[in-house]
Amino acid sequence: MDYTMFPLSEYAVTIRFSTKVDEAVNDYVHRVAAFLEQQNKDGIFDIVPTFSSVTVYYDPLVAGSCEEICEWLRTELERVEQVKAPPSRTVVIPVCYGGEFGPDLQEVARFHGITEEEVISIHSRGSYRVYMIGFAPGFAYLGGLSPEIATPRRSTPRTLVPAGSVGIAGSQTGIYPLATPGGWQIIGRTPLALFRPHDPEPSLLRAGDIVQFRPITEEQYRMWENEHDSSNT
Amino acid sequence: MSTIQVIHSGFFTTVQDGGRFGYQKAGVSVGGVMDSFASRIANLLVENDANEATLEITMNGSTLRFETDALIAICGGVFRCALNGKPISMWKPLVIRRGDVLSIGACQNGYRAYIAFAGGLNIPIVMNSRSTHVQAHIGGFHGRALQPGDVLSLRSKTITIPKNPIRWGIAFSARNYIKGKRKMIRVVKGPEYHMFTEQSRERFFSSVYEVTTQSDRMGYRLQGQALERMTNQEMVSEAVTFGTIQVPKNGQPIVLMADCQTTGGYPRIAQVIRIDLPILAQARPGDHIQFQKVSWQEAQRLYIEREQEIKKWKMIIRQKWREIGYAR
Repeated sequence: MDYTMFPLSEYAVTIRFSTKVDEAVNDYVHRVAAFLEQQNKDGIFDIVPTFSSVTVYYDPLVAGSCEEICEWLRTELERVEQVKAPPSRTVVIPVCYGGEFGPDLQEVARFHGITEEEVISIHSRGSYRVYMIGFAPGFAYLGGLSPEIATPRRSTPRTLVPAGSVGIAGSQTGIYPLATPGGWQIIGRTPLALFRPHDPEPSLLRAGDIVQFRPITEEQYRMWENEHDSSNT
Repeated sequence: MSTIQVIHSGFFTTVQDGGRFGYQKAGVSVGGVMDSFASRIANLLVENDANEATLEITMNGSTLRFETDALIAICGGVFRCALNGKPISMWKPLVIRRGDVLSIGACQNGYRAYIAFAGGLNIPIVMNSRSTHVQAHIGGFHGRALQPGDVLSLRSKTITIPKNPIRWGIAFSARNYIKGKRKMIRVVKGPEYHMFTEQSRERFFSSVYEVTTQSDRMGYRLQGQALERMTNQEMVSEAVTFGTIQVPKNGQPIVLMADCQTTGGYPRIAQVIRIDLPILAQARPGDHIQFQKVSWQEAQRLYIEREQEIKKWKMIIRQKWREIGYAR
């Protein structure tokens, strides 16, 4: 696949495969990131895959100059073709839709002239691709929201959106990993922790994963929460 | 107990080290000290690893009561510092006796100071780092800025106090990087530099930008002549890093700082060269910034020179400790 390479700083270089969001390109991005990680090259301390690029962070005093890193990357990129894509996981996210957990479900339904049940059914029927993790700890950029429920952001953002809130913003859907201010239309909440700072892999979702949402009742939500609490103590 | 009581916390004091690396793919920012030069030198002065966790003080500082003997160094912007009410110098090792009260006052030049403690602070490592990530409430002292009443402790239970007085510190010429309220910051062209109009590209270097009050460890929002792009085409988010200068729709640049997000979707007009990040970290709201263009080759050369300079300081400091017959 064609690419361009440019320095982002004295310790980072970006390999860009496209300037568009494309599933095939994104697949390739994750293959490259996984392949480069396997090489365990000294002085490389972070590899960040995004929609259509991979950024490699390195210590120039250990790994060499930008020219040397680019040369190494060019050689490695020729070998990527022979490597299989990392297995894609399907992650099912339980969501309690509506009520206190999804204060904007009604608004999303009203906006499209459909029922709340229809919004839930369309949202939980979809299969969403994790294009990248970024912006905030454990935040996944998901692709694949049905235009039938795409809804503009709230005109006034909330000052606090609880962690686990599942929202819609334009043609995006996503989950807030941390309690933050936010303007997304909140349609539900998951009892799963998206960001687990003490786990070896702190983000529940990984780029390349497929996400499915499964509706649960409020009772199931509470049970889930309690089980999680007891397993922690 | 080798503890330190926080009497006053100051405006914003956090524990920061060299940064949290390896988790950007999980969306976790690198964080770490804003002014790595001051923090690294402070650590070297007490013979710590250069990236050991220090207390990062912003604008005005903490008052600490030591319930233990300690060896510390304070580096960074010019702060009024006192030990038991008597003025003390920055940029040199300081012996603290059990019961002593250290107070870091208002900042007179620059914006941040760093206190390094010989042997390091007793702070748990979260995701490879002791840095406080305030947004995610992790790392540092319970994931937050210090508050009065907090109790810090040192990792080594016993610190040998040097017998002979310490009469040396870092030369003024080496620590004179902060300058005044108007700072010249060198940058290299960013990946989207060519997407800006010719006039805007020129403006970016010829005009002066003010650091606004909407500036923090995540980013400095600047105010000045607006910058325009040639097209309004949306960008796909890509990696960003400490020093990346993004330009949102309003045309006012934002310089991403230590706690910046891992990815961003605004066009990147420029990247602050690594060795000028400490100068920028010492800018406060109201200060003025002018950008100056340098080549990537120049930036890389300056970075390597800086690392050699720090290595040199490390050797000199070790030699000075030997001369007074002290080795940790």
